[in-house]
Amino acid sequence: MIKVNGLHKYFDDLHVLRGIDLEVQKGEVLSVIGASGSGKSTLLYCINGIEQIQEGSVYVDDVDVHSKATDLNKLRQRLGMVFQQWNSFPHLTALENVALAPQIVRGLTKAEAKDIAIKQLEHVGLGDKFDVYPNALSGGQQQRLAIARALAMDPQYMLFDEATSALDPELVGEVLDTMRVLAEEGMTMICVTHEMGFARDVSDRVAYFHEGVVEEIGSPDQIFVDPESEHTKKFLAKVR
Amino acid sequence: MFEYNFHWRPVFRSLPDLLEAALTTLQVASLAMTVGVLLGFILAVGRMRETGVIYWFATTWVELARNTPALFQLFFFGFGLGALGLHLSPYLIVLAGLTFNTAGYLAENFRGGFEAIPSTQLRAARSLGMNPLQAYTRILIPQVMRIVYYPMTNQFVWVVLMSSLGMLVGYRELTGETQFFASKTYRIFEYFAVTAVIYYVMVKVILVLSKVFASRFFRY
Repeated sequence: MIKVNGLHKYFDDLHVLRGIDLEVQKGEVLSVIGASGSGKSTLLYCINGIEQIQEGSVYVDDVDVHSKATDLNKLRQRLGMVFQQWNSFPHLTALENVALAPQIVRGLTKAEAKDIAIKQLEHVGLGDKFDVYPNALSGGQQQRLAIARALAMDPQYMLFDEATSALDPELVGEVLDTMRVLAEEGMTMICVTHEMGFARDVSDRVAYFHEGVVEEIGSPDQIFVDPESEHTKKFLAKVR
Repeated sequence: MFEYNFHWRPVFRSLPDLLEAALTTLQVASLAMTVGVLLGFILAVGRMRETGVIYWFATTWVELARNTPALFQLFFFGFGLGALGLHLSPYLIVLAGLTFNTAGYLAENFRGGFEAIPSTQLRAARSLGMNPLQAYTRILIPQVMRIVYYPMTNQFVWVVLMSSLGMLVGYRELTGETQFFASKTYRIFEYFAVTAVIYYVMVKVILVLSKVFASRFFRY
């Protein structure tokens, strides 16, 4: 379970997160929607400890992420993260991209890491691209590669930071399909997204972020059909 | 009108000596380059800190190395330190001067290389649980190497050619040796023409080897 309590985050004078309380249960898919600059991505960075926080706490399976005693490298193995810019490692083949971290971080043998990489690449539909370098892959393929790379660490949670925002429109579908498969397999996911259709179809709950607070959270129907907050209504009217 | 008579025989007679001096040139240039790469890397890291004593030390080094004549830098290690009572051998003067110069130039190349890599690469590596050392050695540095590889090749060629300044501090590398024979025989044009060819061939071989190595090493 991921548990966020009274989280405040500043970038210098900019108060980005203003008291976030959130719980994500095992197996749940939470979509986070909201305007740019509302703090959605920052929340993900605070959950896996890439960003420091100023107030409050974040717990992942009872581990205090921002405690000095926490081994973040170890914690991050439990938290797969997929970024907006897909960040494939250009000097490694698809297979090496996926196999590297299991080998050097999880300490698996080369053969074990390779087996996992093969499995995960097939999982995301890149079974014919093992020896290809990222520059020969499309954006959608590179983003699926990034998903396979995160999955190869055998994470308990997956954090998606606008995984489709940087893609050409015709490539969005293949990435969303991959995310959908993960959700169906029971992966616990937090998806920051601008894909309202995805948020509505796949999520168990949807959170609407507005100026650094969770303005409204509830089932997809509740948020998309019957929102309570005026801000939520306005936002949804704009993106529809 | 044109009354110069070429005399090539003395040059060919001393060719073994010249070739041996060419090896000396390669040796001192290679060592200066190797140490220069290591120091340049450290200076680049120092420059990327953007504040503090290490930053200022690295910046001063880079500024002096890049913005003063290489010859003056050699003179500093020769006559400059000599005036202060520290007398280096001609070999050490050349080695120190070339290394100082090379480290300064390479530091800026390396810094540029690091800055050309999107910061999101580091973030992605860390998000997979890699510690900073793993992220740098497995993800960032291999990419930087590719970016700085050809500038590094150029720098090595430059070091080989620049080592000819050794002649002016009394070092018998290829140019120093050539000068020695030229002044002994007065066949100045012939000696330097042959030496130019030797330099040309050395550089050409370096460039070809560098290309072969790159095609093996950088597969993407």
